[in-house]
Amino acid sequence: MTPEHEARETTYVDAIREAIFEEMERDERVFVLGEDIGVYGGAFKVTDGLLAKFGEERVLDTPLSEAAIVGAAVGSAMMGMRPIAEMQFADFISCAFDMITNYAAKSRYRTGVGVPLVVRGPSGGGVHGGPFHSQNPEAYFAHTPGLKIVQPSTAFDAKGLLKAAIRDDDPVIFFEHKYLYRRVKETLPPGDWIVPIGKAAVRREGRDLSILTYGAMVWTALD
Amino acid sequence: MPPLTPEQKLELYRFMRLNRTLEEKLVNLYRQGKVVGGLYRSLGQEATSVGTAYSLSKGDIVGPLIRNMGSVLVMGFTARDILAQHMARASSPSAGKDCNLHFGTPDTGMVSAIAMLGALVPVMAGIALGARMQKKNLVAMTYIGDGGTSTGAFHEGANFAAVQKLPLVIVAENNGWAYSTPFRRQTAARSLADRAVAYGMPGETVDGNDVLAVFDAAGRAVERARAGGGPTLIEAKTYRMKGHAEHDGQTYVPGEELNEWAARDPLERYARALIDEGAADPARLHDIDAEIAARVESDARAVEQSPFPAPESALTGVYAEGVAEVEPAIVRRRW
Repeated sequence: MTPEHEARETTYVDAIREAIFEEMERDERVFVLGEDIGVYGGAFKVTDGLLAKFGEERVLDTPLSEAAIVGAAVGSAMMGMRPIAEMQFADFISCAFDMITNYAAKSRYRTGVGVPLVVRGPSGGGVHGGPFHSQNPEAYFAHTPGLKIVQPSTAFDAKGLLKAAIRDDDPVIFFEHKYLYRRVKETLPPGDWIVPIGKAAVRREGRDLSILTYGAMVWTALD
Repeated sequence: MPPLTPEQKLELYRFMRLNRTLEEKLVNLYRQGKVVGGLYRSLGQEATSVGTAYSLSKGDIVGPLIRNMGSVLVMGFTARDILAQHMARASSPSAGKDCNLHFGTPDTGMVSAIAMLGALVPVMAGIALGARMQKKNLVAMTYIGDGGTSTGAFHEGANFAAVQKLPLVIVAENNGWAYSTPFRRQTAARSLADRAVAYGMPGETVDGNDVLAVFDAAGRAVERARAGGGPTLIEAKTYRMKGHAEHDGQTYVPGEELNEWAARDPLERYARALIDEGAADPARLHDIDAEIAARVESDARAVEQSPFPAPESALTGVYAEGVAEVEPAIVRRRW
């Protein structure tokens, strides 16, 4: 590879941060809220730098209240904003279960009012997190009509799918496998691009066996 | 708030009368098996719903619960909207997909509750937050019962609204009962207004059966919110004169309490006050009552004759329609 073609590799977590930065620049309706995301920059530094660039009105440090974080995201989304609510660890999404499954998921169906929000957070184990900092909670939500659930396995997908999620007019839950945060990286193309939600990627072709999986297990399957 | 004009004073009466008459009609329809789902009355609580909502301005947004039909009417929804909801007709605001007062869109001034009580409070805080971000000078007003204030969602929403200083008015209706649970089993707190201190917001108790007192308290809270002073918790003390829902004979309620509160009926009280101050005479009020009764009858007939939703519509609206799939710059990535 000649020096002109060498590009910086972006980690999975930085790809997520880039997606948020770019969408907040592109669309002033996009804002972030959650615990310790502003001044501290987020427990995993995903939102680092957002407060300095976009200010307090679009980067909200909230109380320790997952139901209120998601509820406020629901209400502001109903008004036409595009909130990205962080669950500091995906495990804590259980505290907002009612708000997600009974309010956000059913709003469009029963009242015609869409809820274009994203609830995102670090999921998954392998990091000595213990029972409450290592969960993969997607199965609790997969059977709830009205929700979309996204779990990227690569840095490219993390960025493209998060941008798609933010632009989606329906509630999207975005789980970022924390084991992959800094272990997975690749060169990302420049410019504005998204990865559409709901299309599978073929990672390896073959004849004898089909493995369907997502998130960190893609890497395990490829090994 | 500027003082109420004579027309506005009569309008308060009209809304309360319409609230009550419409519910009586719904009871009648319920007994004929024509109501789909349950029927939740607000008999005796009309002043709380009407007085609070009446203090709002055009563009403000209300988040009512099932016993706030009066608020829904004040916001401009009609008897036909409410009848269609209860009879699950295609013309209902939820197109037949949800029951009773579960409907609303922010741009028509109303946000729907869900059955999980308390959940609406953080959502209405979010409505107020969105409005602030959009530089809309609007006030959000929501309702909760004595039972609902025991939920975590209520607590989180009230706290969030206060710390963010959002333009939200929380009307906590203390009607003494949450289904069969009396206040003394619901909380050890002395009053619902006492909860406000914990959130750092003003709290006030008002006679929920005095529509003018309610209007005044709500008006001050709305003004405070609109001026950037943050949320207020108003406890409206009233009484639930019927069961939790139509099927509930409320045999667990002491008869003396019902009698005591019947003597404080908000409509009779307000009618007397209007007559005493010369704002209306009994004949005029009687005419208003009759006119409302006749219109409710004809509205009910019209809705009864209107169609149910097409069965296929049960499968629609789960996700946004017509959202084009964006073709990405790169379709596939492989190793």
